[in-house]
Amino acid sequence: MIEVQDLTKSYGGSVAAVDHVSFTVNKGEILGFLGPNGAGKTTTMRILTGYMPATSGTARIAGFDVFIDSLEVRRHIGYLPEAPPVYPDMTVSTYLDFVARIKNVPTERRGVRVADAMHKTNITDKGDELIKRLSRGYKQRVGLAQALVHDPDVIILDEPTVGLDPKQIIEVRNLIKGLAGNHTIILSTHILPEVSMTCDRVVIINKGKIAAVDTPQNLTQQLKGGQKIRVEVQAPEKSLQEFLAQIPGASRVQVETAHSNGHVAATVEAAAGKDIRSQIAAGVVQKGWPLYELRGVSLSLEDIFLQLTTEDSAHAQAAI
Amino acid sequence: MKSLYAIYRKEMGHYFVSPVAYVVVGVFLALSAFFFNYFLAAVMQQALQMQMQEMEMGMHPNIDVTMEVMRAFFGLLSTLVLFLTPMLTMGVFAEERKRGTMELLMTSPITEMQIVLGKYLASLTLFAIMLLPTAGYLIFTYVRSEPVPPWRMLVAGYIGILLLGGCLLALGSFISSLTENQLIAAVLTFAAFLLVWVIDLGRNAGAGAGDVLQYLSVIRHYDDFTRGIIDTSSLIYYVSFIVLFVFLTVRSVDSIRWRRA
Repeated sequence: MIEVQDLTKSYGGSVAAVDHVSFTVNKGEILGFLGPNGAGKTTTMRILTGYMPATSGTARIAGFDVFIDSLEVRRHIGYLPEAPPVYPDMTVSTYLDFVARIKNVPTERRGVRVADAMHKTNITDKGDELIKRLSRGYKQRVGLAQALVHDPDVIILDEPTVGLDPKQIIEVRNLIKGLAGNHTIILSTHILPEVSMTCDRVVIINKGKIAAVDTPQNLTQQLKGGQKIRVEVQAPEKSLQEFLAQIPGASRVQVETAHSNGHVAATVEAAAGKDIRSQIAAGVVQKGWPLYELRGVSLSLEDIFLQLTTEDSAHAQAAI
Repeated sequence: MKSLYAIYRKEMGHYFVSPVAYVVVGVFLALSAFFFNYFLAAVMQQALQMQMQEMEMGMHPNIDVTMEVMRAFFGLLSTLVLFLTPMLTMGVFAEERKRGTMELLMTSPITEMQIVLGKYLASLTLFAIMLLPTAGYLIFTYVRSEPVPPWRMLVAGYIGILLLGGCLLALGSFISSLTENQLIAAVLTFAAFLLVWVIDLGRNAGAGAGDVLQYLSVIRHYDDFTRGIIDTSSLIYYVSFIVLFVFLTVRSVDSIRWRRA
């Protein structure tokens, strides 16, 4: 349904915002776009929706090139930008009616489509309300309704759950899951659990480059491989550093400066498949340091990126 | 066509809920009503004096009150239009870009031409609605005049002000499409209006250049219309002006895709 080949976008500077990105999305699939802010998620989505042209590379949606057949592509997509594109002075229903008009929904189907989009996003009771009087969460849902109103084949959502409260987030995730099958969906997020809960496949993007493409299950598996351990003891900073570094399988020892009460905290990463917690505990006890805390920390998205990016540069150095 | 109408409809709806449009139209109507009264009183006073002179010296009075009032009034309308239309056009695209709704329009299956024309026609409609009540004042003086002056004068005058407004709205929309900031759009629009207004000050610049500058002034052509003359060259001037700036706006809106945003 969506084929992206070597897509590159540079804004004139030396660094490309999107750098040779390629991926495909099958019909009815939900693809998650995962990356930190500024990774190139929004730029990629804007190219796919025909809002801006790519510097090089091609992207096809439903068989149409996004640049050459832009109008045809735009007929097939619903798009929710980062900020919901709403007119504050309009009521919800007149706004959706307007969007349905510019999306070429036939006159006789318009009423039904608007009602359906409002029903799906749970804003039916807000129809006569001015958009400027709605809360952030409701505005976001109006934005979602706008992307659904013409029943498009492809739905592109840029951070659809941002600004919502936890209950609304669950509702929106369920809504998105319910849309899959009939619609092909791309959504972007920087929240890892969101991807594992809603998406069939994940593209991890960083600094404009694709770092990984996989199913959330495989990705989580990979992440569980390495583990981060936090330990807090009462000991000299230096000897703690030395002690942790000599444990087999430990890497990236980071010792924080001592607290006022004399406690020193450190984090250490264990190699995949190795649990070094017992070794640390035994060692600490042996040295006679009082132990205050010892726990595994699950790797956050930031850590994965740190890993992915620093590994890259390590490889590069090895090559030299 | 349907998409163009959708944009037009949305713009009209926007004008009727926007405080800016109400303030501009309100100020325009209040000022035009005040000055119409003022002109009428002044011209009648003048006519009265001339009538007295005639009685003393046996001269024939040579003043057409309706015509005098009308010329002065059309002159005033053009000045009000100069000051107030930048406020009507400043937000046309700037606001849309600031709010992020431009992204919605530009990822919908509509062309830039449909967006620009829909918005332009809506602003022209609002402008015509704003002018409509002022025609009432003139029609009133017409039916009270003896003999009734030719209606052609009134029609030509309104065609003139509509074309003049049409040019300024097209120019204003273009400038609004260049920026995200409404205030900057309004100030630049006003400066651009002044420029095309007073460009004929350079008419003494020498034979060739002087003629060209004189032809380029929006207000020179308008004078003909207020005298009841519909000159083809003026018509061509106004229509080309509008077409040029509508076209430039389309290009400018299209270029938003290439700018970093």
